[in-house]
Amino acid sequence: MTDLSERQQLSYIAGQAADARLNVELETEGMTLNIGPQHPATHGTLRIIVRLDGEQVVWAEPSCGYMHRGYEKLTEVRTYPQVTTLVNRIDWLGSFANEVPFILAAEKLMEIEAPPRAQWIRTILFELSRIANISLFLGDLGVQLGAVTPAFFAFRDREHVLNLIESVTGGRFHPNFDRIGGLKDDLPKGFVDETRRVMRKMRTYCDEIDDLLIGNEIFQARTRGVGIIPKDVALQYGLSGANLRASGVDWDLRRDQVVPMAWDDVDFKVWTHPDGDSFARCWVRLQETREATKIVDQLLDGLPAGPVMAKVPRIIKVPAGEAWVSTENPLGEMGYYVVSKGDLGPFRVKIRSASFNNISVAPWVLRGVYVPDVITILASLYFILGDIDR
Amino acid sequence: MSVAIEIPYWGQSLLRVLGGIVAVLLPAGTIVYVFLFKMMSFMQSRLGPMEAGPYGSMQLFAEVGKWMQKEDTAPAAADHRIFKMAPLIVLLSTFLLVAVVPFGPDAWLTNFETGVFYGLAVSSISVLGILVAGWSSANKYSLLGGLRAAGQLIAYELPLVLAAIGVVIQAGSMRMQDIVVAQNAGSIFGWDGVGNPYLLTQGVGFLVFMIAVQAELTQPPFDMPIAESELVSGYMTEYSGFRFLIFFIAEFATVGVFSLIASVLFLGGWGVPFAWFGWEGIDDVDNWMNVVGPLIMVNKMLVLSFLIMWVRFSFPRFREDQLQRFAWKVLIPVALANIVVTAILKVAV
Repeated sequence: MTDLSERQQLSYIAGQAADARLNVELETEGMTLNIGPQHPATHGTLRIIVRLDGEQVVWAEPSCGYMHRGYEKLTEVRTYPQVTTLVNRIDWLGSFANEVPFILAAEKLMEIEAPPRAQWIRTILFELSRIANISLFLGDLGVQLGAVTPAFFAFRDREHVLNLIESVTGGRFHPNFDRIGGLKDDLPKGFVDETRRVMRKMRTYCDEIDDLLIGNEIFQARTRGVGIIPKDVALQYGLSGANLRASGVDWDLRRDQVVPMAWDDVDFKVWTHPDGDSFARCWVRLQETREATKIVDQLLDGLPAGPVMAKVPRIIKVPAGEAWVSTENPLGEMGYYVVSKGDLGPFRVKIRSASFNNISVAPWVLRGVYVPDVITILASLYFILGDIDR
Repeated sequence: MSVAIEIPYWGQSLLRVLGGIVAVLLPAGTIVYVFLFKMMSFMQSRLGPMEAGPYGSMQLFAEVGKWMQKEDTAPAAADHRIFKMAPLIVLLSTFLLVAVVPFGPDAWLTNFETGVFYGLAVSSISVLGILVAGWSSANKYSLLGGLRAAGQLIAYELPLVLAAIGVVIQAGSMRMQDIVVAQNAGSIFGWDGVGNPYLLTQGVGFLVFMIAVQAELTQPPFDMPIAESELVSGYMTEYSGFRFLIFFIAEFATVGVFSLIASVLFLGGWGVPFAWFGWEGIDDVDNWMNVVGPLIMVNKMLVLSFLIMWVRFSFPRFREDQLQRFAWKVLIPVALANIVVTAILKVAV
């Protein structure tokens, strides 16, 4: 098998899987269907090879790498401050959240800590990117299921959150705002009031989605009991974030680990759902968005005064060593393993992105489902292509 | 007050053919602009087309022009003759269907004994078109879409027919004109202020009919055959340009035509309650109803297609098995029970 190309290996596996037919009474011929890389449901270039028996999936395999941009390698020829520009692009819907774990890892190696105000603003922006990210998921969910209207509501209300992020960082999608030792700037004037207003709006949006989509009978019929991932399987495949919590595992890095961020100072509930099906994953995400708006409100109440930048040398050299920091990103656990040799840039960076692990459960969970359920399950697993391929 | 115009037979036939074309294209155009472009946009908090003409009213012509310019492509492996024929079959079904709709006492296209029967029969011709479109495209998504469509349209044909039977029993005729007259000349417990639209007596039938129509039109939540997020575009995937346009026109024209048929069966069709003007039967109806009737029909069509489009924009879609289960386990028993109750009341009262 060693001299076979990947494509040949996959078709070899598909050929073997063709023998395992589900329908034993009827002599039917299997069909291999490529969902993607250009397909309306994958919103990016993910290819899923499914072997069908009628409309039932016998075997499925996600084939990724169509969008590989080599960020891990690119970081080796960048200085530390330059890396944030790259990692912004990993999960492009919640960009700021990508920067934070890397900066925290670098700060850990340098043994400095951002001042409290910077930590709080970081957390606010982190949660805002979470809202921007998951609110789009909630709207996109409708599109995957054939209801176009929620997507427009999502884009309408997400706009306000992006405006907030823009007002602080100057960038809507790729803020590149986090610095080693703090933040580039302080909050702009009027940010606090505006944010409170937007958070109210986002809670209304969540109620709207709850009424229009999550509470809809057809939606529930399509997602309840579909794509069940039990607790042990979820843990084995290394799922994280809402996908793991929807399988009943009460695990949230914001609460469960100590990082120099402000989550310890606010009071929030980690939502879990015992079912582990597609509905549970969507529902947990909806609750998380609501929870995130409350976190932002609390952070705004207790925003400390002070500088937003610690004392750092003008030219940043990170001392030799290795550090691993991961945070609870919108898509799940995202972490950076940074190896430094004391240079201007990292020697090696390993990025652990949530979607790559989340999508790895697809062959397991897609087996035996119908083609329409492939789409709902993939939608509920919620991946961002940039986050899979990096 | 009747206008004495003698039109020769060929002239009448020509007028009716032109009328039929108008009756197909006008609903298609109105529904696309008013509902698909504008109402949908307002529901989704956006403006919709605004550039082409005042409030984007010329947008449809722009779209048609765009499609006409595009190359008429077909996949190399496709069965070319069948592939090219398929959209025309679908559109043909729409034209055959509109033929039974009466628009006024004399403004009808055909007026024969078994109008309801004929209408429901020709509406299923489109299944053939969709099936061969899916099959001849030589595309896996199209094939899945075509097969889904065949299964779905056959399943929902039944409740559609059964719901119409209740109306036929109550009116005592299969002729569309008679059904209109029966509703407008009727009375509710002796009060004839609004006639007796069968929406009131056949409410269950109306619901079943509209749900079945929604499925027959493959509009969400019954759009499994198209299902753009899983089957790309189902049986339409490989079509482009002119032939896609025909599918598109057929889709929305059929929305309009089915709304017209539903308004004849359940909302009293072209008529106004006959008691308002002291008419007794169809022969007393004044000639001006041939002008007012079509306008009334257009309004009723707009109301009903609004319902269809409203549901379309709001709901996510069913899965294939859920859709079949809904047809066989819910709609058909309900429609059958409706027929039994109607028949008993018809005989007893």
